[in-house]
Amino acid sequence: MTRPRTSPATPGADTADDPLTDPATGTGPRPVAGTAADGTPTGAATDPDPGTATLATATPRELRGHLTARLDEPARGWLRRALDEAVDHPGTHGPISVWELRIAEAGRRCGPVHADAARVLILHAARADADALSRVYYQGTGAERRAVLYALPHLVPGPEGLPLVEDALRTNDTRLVTAAVGPYAARHLDAHAWRHAVLKCLFTGVPVDAVADLDHRAHRDTELARMLTDYAAERTAAGRAVPADLHRVLTLTDPPATPSAPATDHG
Amino acid sequence: MRLFDPHIHMTSRTTDDYEAMYAAGVRAVVEPSFWLGQPRTSPASFLDYFDSLLGWEPFRAAQHGIAHHCTLALNPKEANDPRCVAVLDELPRYLVKDQVVAVGEIGYDSMTPAEDTALAAQLELAAAHELPALVHTPHRDKLAGLRRTLDVVRESALPVDHVLIDHLNETTVKEAKDSGCWLGFSVYPDTKMDEERMVAILRAYGPERVLVNSAADWGRSDPLKTRKVADLMLAEGFDEDDVDRVLWRNPVAFYGRSGRLTLDVTTPDATHEGNSILRGAPKGPGGGPAEDPGAGPAGAVADRHGATAVPGA
Ligand SMILES: [Zn+2]
Repeated sequence: MTRPRTSPATPGADTADDPLTDPATGTGPRPVAGTAADGTPTGAATDPDPGTATLATATPRELRGHLTARLDEPARGWLRRALDEAVDHPGTHGPISVWELRIAEAGRRCGPVHADAARVLILHAARADADALSRVYYQGTGAERRAVLYALPHLVPGPEGLPLVEDALRTNDTRLVTAAVGPYAARHLDAHAWRHAVLKCLFTGVPVDAVADLDHRAHRDTELARMLTDYAAERTAAGRAVPADLHRVLTLTDPPATPSAPATDHG
Repeated sequence: MRLFDPHIHMTSRTTDDYEAMYAAGVRAVVEPSFWLGQPRTSPASFLDYFDSLLGWEPFRAAQHGIAHHCTLALNPKEANDPRCVAVLDELPRYLVKDQVVAVGEIGYDSMTPAEDTALAAQLELAAAHELPALVHTPHRDKLAGLRRTLDVVRESALPVDHVLIDHLNETTVKEAKDSGCWLGFSVYPDTKMDEERMVAILRAYGPERVLVNSAADWGRSDPLKTRKVADLMLAEGFDEDDVDRVLWRNPVAFYGRSGRLTLDVTTPDATHEGNSILRGAPKGPGGGPAEDPGAGPAGAVADRHGATAVPGA
């Protein structure tokens, strides 16, 4: 099942000489790989890359290799220059630093599919610390905020970035929630906040695959098990299906939980 | 039939509207920043509003299969309030964002010196950021307002073909067309312009450089007006190509001057793709509207969209 698409809305886009900007339609940069009009994956989506690395876990080197293989030449050149600039001028200059401008325009230069990875790389190149990441996050679009969240585990060793994760977990934007429950949250969120993050994933339909270190943190968490069984009971009482992910997490909490009877025994 | 509403305030609309718009064929919208009905008292409330137009609202739109872009500016009415004018200093850092496809809506409300200043300054900002500008014409003293607007546009660094003059009507269309600007018409239930008058204007002046919008907001308005104009155009003898030109290709060409239009709705994929770097390859249902996972909400929405074949498509 696929989302509705609007690709047919850009006639001629596939035949434009310059794949970055289609003069016939005025549409901006298009992703090199993406999804065809009927929702079938194209390009990179079907290549043999196993896709096991995630934005939150891939090293900068892996990310760069991934992008270099997929961006077309103009986008590749733009990214190379943007990273060089960020390395050479990591600080703030004038009202806004050059690398922050590059963060802002990454979508139209690299296409929406690759913008996250490009932004994470620029943040790396600029050696953005917790203060810089906070500024980019709070002054950012949804897409820029997402990239900051993905960059956190690599760039901030301590808990200084937690307010950004907590901010993202308060939103109902599933793209932000997904990015917020990565390795940084696994490392730094306290037990109460982490349990609520897991529950929020179940509530908003974010697959718990996105939750970093889920097995380890859920193990023997009787309070999480209680919250899950209560939620399952609430769903059942309302005559609604219990998300499959809930049973999965409940199983991970191990001994106390009995997934087959989620509505009982844990009042 | 594919429709692009080039001026609609979705922040003021419900999810029912999004669903009805999608069913009617609307696949892309541009949301100009504007007056919220209740006056703002500080730049901070502008910034929260801009952030919403770059964050939450495009997410909402994407959940309904609609591409969302915005135009940002200090609106003419609040340009008169000294407490708000400082937002002009914050605009540059917003005008570089990916989803910002124009500066707007700017123009005149009461034609005051403060409005002169804000209009001229923001036309320069548009030129500096290589963005087009959405300039509305005032409700009161419209023809005089249009002339003064065109004077300021001609004095600015922005080429006329980067300017969309909006809320036009029978008395202002000719001079606006002669200026070389793009022509915007807001079709409302009972003011400004209706479908019949819109079609008559299209017959008299042709479809070149004409954009039609619903300008739907928190007032009495109808987010399906683009579709109603399209239907009446067909009934009155215009062909499908004319309709596509006015209601899709013209707005794509105008806002495309920003180099920032992305008409593929890719964002919901992030939900069920998790945080894989290989986003863009849908794996199946998941995610979607908040707070209702069990029933597979995204799948349900996709089904609904799939089943609602776009009328006339
Ligand atoms: Zn408006």
